[in-house]
Amino acid sequence: MKNRLLASGAAVAVAAVALTGCSGDTQASCTNTITKTDAEQVTVWAWYPAFAQVVDLFNETHDDVQICWTNAGQGNDQYSKFSTAIEAGSGAPDVLQLEFEVLSSFAIRDALVDLSEYGANDVRTNYTDGAWEDASSGDAVYAIPVDGGPMGMIYRADIFDEYGIEVPETWDEFADAAQALKDAGAPGVLADFPTNGRAFNQALFAQAGSTPFVYDSANPQEIGIEVNDDGAKEVLAYWQDLVERDLVATDDAFTADYNTNLVNGTYAVYIAAAWGPGYLGGLADADEDAVWRAAPVPQWDTANPVQINWGGSSFGVTSQSDKPELAALVAKEIFGTEEAWEIGVDQAALFPLWTPVLESDEFAQKEYPFFAGQKINEDVFLEAAAGYEGFTFSPFQNYAYDQLTEELYAMVEGQQNADEALDTLQDSLEQYATQQGFELLN
Amino acid sequence: MTTTTAAPTRPRISLQRKRQRYGWFYVTPFLAIFALFFIVPLGYAAWMSLFSSTLAGGSQFAGLGNYVRAFTDPLFIGGIGRVAAFGLVMIPAQLIVAITAALVLDTLATTLSKISRLLIFAPYAIPVVVGALMWSFLYSPRFGPASTIFEWFGMAAPDFLSSSAIFGSLVNIVTWQWAGYYMIIVYAALRSVDPAIYEAARIDGANGFHIAMRIKVPMISSSMVMVITFALIGTLQFFTEPVVLRSMAAGAIDSAYTPNMYAYALAFQYSQFNYASAIAFSLGILVFIGSFIFLFFTRKQSGLK
Repeated sequence: MKNRLLASGAAVAVAAVALTGCSGDTQASCTNTITKTDAEQVTVWAWYPAFAQVVDLFNETHDDVQICWTNAGQGNDQYSKFSTAIEAGSGAPDVLQLEFEVLSSFAIRDALVDLSEYGANDVRTNYTDGAWEDASSGDAVYAIPVDGGPMGMIYRADIFDEYGIEVPETWDEFADAAQALKDAGAPGVLADFPTNGRAFNQALFAQAGSTPFVYDSANPQEIGIEVNDDGAKEVLAYWQDLVERDLVATDDAFTADYNTNLVNGTYAVYIAAAWGPGYLGGLADADEDAVWRAAPVPQWDTANPVQINWGGSSFGVTSQSDKPELAALVAKEIFGTEEAWEIGVDQAALFPLWTPVLESDEFAQKEYPFFAGQKINEDVFLEAAAGYEGFTFSPFQNYAYDQLTEELYAMVEGQQNADEALDTLQDSLEQYATQQGFELLN
Repeated sequence: MTTTTAAPTRPRISLQRKRQRYGWFYVTPFLAIFALFFIVPLGYAAWMSLFSSTLAGGSQFAGLGNYVRAFTDPLFIGGIGRVAAFGLVMIPAQLIVAITAALVLDTLATTLSKISRLLIFAPYAIPVVVGALMWSFLYSPRFGPASTIFEWFGMAAPDFLSSSAIFGSLVNIVTWQWAGYYMIIVYAALRSVDPAIYEAARIDGANGFHIAMRIKVPMISSSMVMVITFALIGTLQFFTEPVVLRSMAAGAIDSAYTPNMYAYALAFQYSQFNYASAIAFSLGILVFIGSFIFLFFTRKQSGLK
């Protein structure tokens, strides 16, 4: 009797396993409809809404391989799922969209395939040096670049005119403009300095020559950390001064408040990446009188301009893929046609890193209705993209950003100055790296 | 070993035992699912917490190393301290609101009291995430009603999301959300008291306040113990409200604001699954000890003695 009882219990348990387990390794569900069911399928996670059209285009033009697409959430939402799948040992797709800043974090966990083994270098010439640098580490290539975030300055020409502000070309002029705007009695401020700006703040530091991390995946156990270098300190002291003089706001970025301030004229300037206009265009309740224009991002030294990047994404192949060769083909070819980029540029407001489109006259001459027909690529972003030389992120970038946010917040709250904020950050990151088993260079 | 008495024959299976067997049969599906989705994951997490894995160092067996680290980790200890402070403010606040509302509603017997009961309970019916989101808009310096109200008096509204105000802002959300639920529990207990007792008290000269404080409150002490236990466990596991508000106040609420948030950040943002398991278990142990101590000292009131 006892045995029979155990057996029935076991049977129920097995049934339960079978019920829950069936969705795991067999046919995955796709958001898109696959018509060529005989072809091999490659699963892809990506989050652009317009991606559906890109997938359909790829599937129409390929007979041997079909993309099965899932939207697993944007940015961190998707990374959490991917991270859990890595830890569990199964559940990751073949290909997924990744921002450049997280590539090292996943590479160090052996979650990504080195695409140089699957012909990534064949398409290398289709990308700018900066973009390729961001997607690779040493000889290893962790992803195929898709879109970038070369930075510029988007501003409200109507507010500038009303208060007689000149478009600043240097950061000194920017500070003067902020003061002038305040003196003229404008209700808003010139710009926002978000303490949770993460990649945005890091890009501002990089413009003054800050290279916070030295990291090469060929020696994954070694890392150089210098988040408190002169460049970073100079930039942060500059912003601290603006904050203390009440010339800029310190609202958290990407909150409802921030979005409203962006479109209703509270901030006269939005220091933005090339995807910024697309972001602004998607916000509701825009000011009807708003006249937007784009200009290059202010410089520290106009004789030696430095271009910076904020965001952008790529396609990587996961180490859980059982068909890495096909997956690499998808990563290389999905945004490797002009037709795909027509969708990417027009529908998703992406800034291409694929040079056939990036360097085309059509892209340069594209007129943007949001900017009353201004050719913002020619005027601003193409030069910014061409001048960008790449950036090295840490393999624990999420942690580094969280700590940066805390220290910057303590600074704008008046608990510490810029130097102290960065020195504390340096200490906490060194401590974290040591505790995570890294050997510190320097 | 020798046996003193030899069993003559196999004992006959009594009817009662036979019935018990059928009982097992009905319980088996539940037990199987309980084991599969509760015991097994829990055991796996416990097993995981015994390993230490670092980004650059790989994974190795660490024994109780993660637990030693947890209880010396200033972020974890800080989080425990913070939820303890929340408990000291939040639990009495919820209790006072709940009991006051229940006592008042118990004395009133009009349509108004039914509507009031529903209104006080309504916040609990709203999902926690939605409630927290709603409050984050109310607190917002731009959309919030506070700025408008303060403007009437020519003053600037306080920033509810600043590091100095965030504590009170969170207490307010939780109290608003849970007081109605606790009120219903207390109210139900009050309704089960025999009204004849009140009548007797009134004949003895007790007024409404005396009846409330001397008779009603002591008579429902066991349900109050239950309410406090719920509130205690909930507070120690404080998670959803600060997570939602963090998206608007990333500086004021850091990733280790409460122990639960710390475990979440470790696992899903910093990829430290092993240490996150240890943190989660440490918190579980503290919750268990906390509720045990509380129930031990209130065993008389709760009727558990």
